[in-house]
Amino acid sequence: MVDDVILAPPSPARALWADFAVNRGAVGGLVVLLTILAIAAFANLIALHDPMEQFREHVLQPPVWAAGGSWDFPLGTDDVGRDLMARIVFGARFSLFIGFSVVVVSLAVGVCLGLASAFMGGLVDTAISRVMDLIMSVPSLVLAIVVIAIIGPSLANTIVAVTVVYMPRYVRIVRATAQAELAKDYVTASRAAGSGAFRLAFVTVLPNCLAPLIVQAALGVSDAILEAAALGFLGLGAQPPTPEWGAMLSSAREFIQRAPHVVTLPGLAILVTVVSINLMGDGLRDALDPKLKRS
Amino acid sequence: MLSFVLRRIALTVPTLFALSFLTFVAIRLVPGDPIEVRRGERGISPERLEFFRHELGLDQPVWKQFLDYVWGLLHGDFGVSIISQDSVLKEFLTLFPATLELSLFAMAFAVIFGVPFGVLAAVRRGSVFDHGLMGIALFGYSMPVFWWGLLLVLFFSVTLDLTPVSGRLDLIYYFEPVTGLMTIDSLLSDQDGAFKSAILHLILPAIVLGTIPLAAIARMTRSSMLEVLEEDYVRTARAKGLSPFRVIGLHALRNALIPVVTTIGLQGGTLLAGAVLTETIFAWPGVGHWLIESIFRRDYPALQGGVLLISTLLVLVNVAVDILNAVINPRIRHGR
Repeated sequence: MVDDVILAPPSPARALWADFAVNRGAVGGLVVLLTILAIAAFANLIALHDPMEQFREHVLQPPVWAAGGSWDFPLGTDDVGRDLMARIVFGARFSLFIGFSVVVVSLAVGVCLGLASAFMGGLVDTAISRVMDLIMSVPSLVLAIVVIAIIGPSLANTIVAVTVVYMPRYVRIVRATAQAELAKDYVTASRAAGSGAFRLAFVTVLPNCLAPLIVQAALGVSDAILEAAALGFLGLGAQPPTPEWGAMLSSAREFIQRAPHVVTLPGLAILVTVVSINLMGDGLRDALDPKLKRS
Repeated sequence: MLSFVLRRIALTVPTLFALSFLTFVAIRLVPGDPIEVRRGERGISPERLEFFRHELGLDQPVWKQFLDYVWGLLHGDFGVSIISQDSVLKEFLTLFPATLELSLFAMAFAVIFGVPFGVLAAVRRGSVFDHGLMGIALFGYSMPVFWWGLLLVLFFSVTLDLTPVSGRLDLIYYFEPVTGLMTIDSLLSDQDGAFKSAILHLILPAIVLGTIPLAAIARMTRSSMLEVLEEDYVRTARAKGLSPFRVIGLHALRNALIPVVTTIGLQGGTLLAGAVLTETIFAWPGVGHWLIESIFRRDYPALQGGVLLISTLLVLVNVAVDILNAVINPRIRHGR
């Protein structure tokens, strides 16, 4: 009866999941990331207080597990008596929003510039490649600082600055993979069949460049979150009283001796988020891009 | 080899030119009138305004201003800091040894621990040690540098009271800088305890700055080593009956190190970016700290010159890495 079973190849999504699920760390990272996403989505239901509300009689209260803590403020309060748990929970929204918007924008721009570079070649290619090289020749954080100096510190400008810094990676990947694909027969066939430049670029070639791009995008979210938090910490990113994790650390610094929890907890939130994304990204790379696999 | 080196160096010229263009444009995009920013004067007389405009060359056409700027750069004129009224290049060179010392120790820390850990993880592939180490490396790789610094301060300085919180040296010591590297200068000064003080001040910032490179180097060493261990010549070396130590240490490691050297070089940018954060946390008087200060003081000439100098440095480090790679790996210098 075995002959009755049609052995169709698994669908690409299923095959990807099968490859991904082998890596327990990656699945763990995905679960943690989904949890953080849920926390961010339902922040207003989870937080016991408003992240901006100041409880003046509860300044720098320690978390519930330490002496002097209470369940009213499970993670304690900060230097002006704001509930730390509410701020961290709402902070997840900011960090994830920054991370994802940076990646979405740099992906969109990167794909267009990279494809233009690969397809047009010549002067366009040289111009785009040289500008990207130039951007990459400045240390990431230093470039972000320069951009912030020009457009001013704010949450929205953080996204702009970090996007400028990380976009060249996407351009390079798209350019390199598209160039390799262009030499292949199926592209020539499509061209001979009369495909226009746009169809050729976005429908024929782009899908075949996606694997390294998806991997870079996944890992790019964590880089963007770290970079944005660093800017916030330096006072050049999201401005107080925005409950952004980096900015929270910046204002908490001086209370490190009196109330260590105001320093440890927001940083822990950054670390957990970034580690989970990196774990997932590593798993994605192994599943999608076996050539890059680090045994 | 010489032609490779020359070609590689020649390639930096357009990059450096473009970098100077970038900083030239950036400073003009910064909001605020350059004369008001520089002089802090509002409502000054038209004659005075004209005088300053002429003094700063702002009455010239833009292309002329740019050429003047590049001409100045070629003569070591990176502008004048508004705050100190000192040459930006001089300020940079005064502060740079502190950053260099910090970076060298951070890199030494990263290489000394990263390479052996990577090799051991590769040799004991799949063991608890391997998994544990790569797990730790993942955390190191994902670490928010500024938070890591604060944690170490909290533990070693606040709780254990082992290391100082900021600066490069205890204030009771004073000596003229000779090399600018505090560890060497303190030894030369012959003052009791000065060297120890310098090391104690250096140790936490170096660990903080070295953590991400350490993780990157350990991961790279491991994967490169795993690849090399599969090679035929390693099997041959084993078959010849060489001791495992010789096989791994001599035959495998030497070849595995090629991509590791590239990784080390690529960490130059990470170090310079990390120095901004590390120096801010530890009030380390280096160029990263200075760069951030100059933003808050609206000292844009200092920012402009500083960014250009730091980027130039990174470009030169990358050239050095490429040349080093060509020295180690003949395939690179003979390719193309």
